[in-house]
Amino acid sequence: MKYGLLINEGPYQHQAVDSAYQFAKAAIAKGHEVFRVFFYHDGVNTATDFAVPPQDDRNITANWIKLAEENNIDMVVCIAAAQRRGLLDANEAERQGKRGDNIAPTFRISGLGQLVEAGIECDRLLTFGD
Amino acid sequence: MAMLHTVNKSPFERNTFDSCISMAKSGSSVLLIEDGVIASLKGTSVSDKVSKAMESVTFYVLGPDLNARGMTDDQIIDGIKVVDYEGFVDLTAEHENVQAWL
Repeated sequence: MKYGLLINEGPYQHQAVDSAYQFAKAAIAKGHEVFRVFFYHDGVNTATDFAVPPQDDRNITANWIKLAEENNIDMVVCIAAAQRRGLLDANEAERQGKRGDNIAPTFRISGLGQLVEAGIECDRLLTFGD
Repeated sequence: MAMLHTVNKSPFERNTFDSCISMAKSGSSVLLIEDGVIASLKGTSVSDKVSKAMESVTFYVLGPDLNARGMTDDQIIDGIKVVDYEGFVDLTAEHENVQAWL
């Protein structure tokens, strides 16, 4: 079965992103496909390349990157939600005249059309939020 | 095929659990996750409401979230099924669609 996941809340604040990660791992282990994860609202903070959590804590961003790279998951960050919260990729940083960019590898910035497409393409679209 | 509803907040914190069971159709299922697992406990002021809803809706609770909050399977209402994340995945596949009550 083909899954799409929508994550509406940020890391280390709500359980949503952890629940979604555990779900994705279990789905993949059972032979399902996770087609896309869409990070929306505070969920976009998962995509920061600058988070350095303590070594004895889970690294949510790194865990997602590993899972996505191993299983070819499309990791999409909502552009409007990201820009409000200071998350820019290299192109946007240049366009906005900012000094740096901080979208972690494997994540990509795009729009709500990608969420709608996930709803159409996937057999199931699951929402994880507050 | 029926709908799977997920509830992720305690019934003592939000009213999403009430909204869910008031809208859930007979034959559908409710999966309690995150703080929603509180609703599965025996002997609380919402237990009777849960038991009544169980006459028409099947209840599941996510075991890892239950255990993470210091609760065990023997503390939950009889008839609520405990599932792990694999069981969660199976439920989403078995049901036609999934509605998260946030």
